[in-house]
Amino acid sequence: MAPLAPRSGDAVFANVERVNAELFTLTYGAIVRQLLTDLEEVEEVNKQLDQMGYNIGIRLIDEFLAKSNVSRCVDFRESADVIAKVGFKMFLGVTAAVTNWDADGTSCSLVLEDNPLVDFVELPDTCQGLYYCNVLSGVIRGALEMVSMKTEVTWVRDMLRGDDAYELRVKLLKQVPEEYPYKDDE
Amino acid sequence: MGKEVAESCVESVMMEMVSAYCNRFYAAKPELAARRIEAIGYQVGHQLSERYTMERPRFSDHLEAIKFICKDFWSELFKKQIDNLKTNHRGTFVLQDNRFRWLTRMSIDPVPVDTDSSQDPSGATPENKAEQATSMHLYFPCGIIRGALSNLGIPCAVSADMSNLPACELIVSKL
Repeated sequence: MAPLAPRSGDAVFANVERVNAELFTLTYGAIVRQLLTDLEEVEEVNKQLDQMGYNIGIRLIDEFLAKSNVSRCVDFRESADVIAKVGFKMFLGVTAAVTNWDADGTSCSLVLEDNPLVDFVELPDTCQGLYYCNVLSGVIRGALEMVSMKTEVTWVRDMLRGDDAYELRVKLLKQVPEEYPYKDDE
Repeated sequence: MGKEVAESCVESVMMEMVSAYCNRFYAAKPELAARRIEAIGYQVGHQLSERYTMERPRFSDHLEAIKFICKDFWSELFKKQIDNLKTNHRGTFVLQDNRFRWLTRMSIDPVPVDTDSSQDPSGATPENKAEQATSMHLYFPCGIIRGALSNLGIPCAVSADMSNLPACELIVSKL
């Protein structure tokens, strides 16, 4: 069977089951709020959101690969483009811009202007230090790890903290040669 | 239709939230985990019903409000209505969804939810662990309904029966 042609983010998004974004936004918001109550420390909430994202990412990558028909990316640049244009679009319905590449092509920024996670959200003063969208960085890290790329994902700009956009810095740490079984290093 | 996201976003976040509470934060205290998961649902239901009723007149009685949950509210969440509504006319309502969407992708043995489990927790077998894990997923929708109804002025308790999967019965008892 000939390989299927990769599909555009719009095409995939049009074909997946979709729900009202409010349900998603409010559910995520309620989770963050409950975590803040239960874990008390903002730092710990950041950590747990990242961990939740990581766990989601390592599962979501399968759905992504199955539905997008994306084939092996030749380099990290292509991977970043695919995440921004197909990955974000097919799950969140928005695309990200890829900018600020470093000279050796191992780190870049994903910039989101529209971010469904944060509709209706405003952070109170007691939550300074909270990376509200930390689940996203975890998802990207988890998903990339499943396709053999160890990355570090950090927030550079965050509109909830007064910046003009959401900017995630994705840095490729190393390309892990594929081997089985994948080691479990949680 | 407003903005949309992939359904898998909601499902992933929900599953991961349940797993974080049951396996990481309150691994040894399932009843605390359940309460937290229900509280998250409550918050969501409360806010959603606020939004979905913004442009409609007040409900004339409790049955009208329950019908709203079965029709409009359910449709917003699951693109279908509740399949069957029963009431004893004394404050108990049973909402039955013949194919509850949030459970259709779970592989589990059909067992009744037994929240006041008298089994020895240390002797938990894989089966009743799986059973417990599934019932944990129902605290979220139970919380959503309780939150939505309480926002409409109906304080209640909500429990779930999933002994006929993928059908699910949500039992609302007015307080």
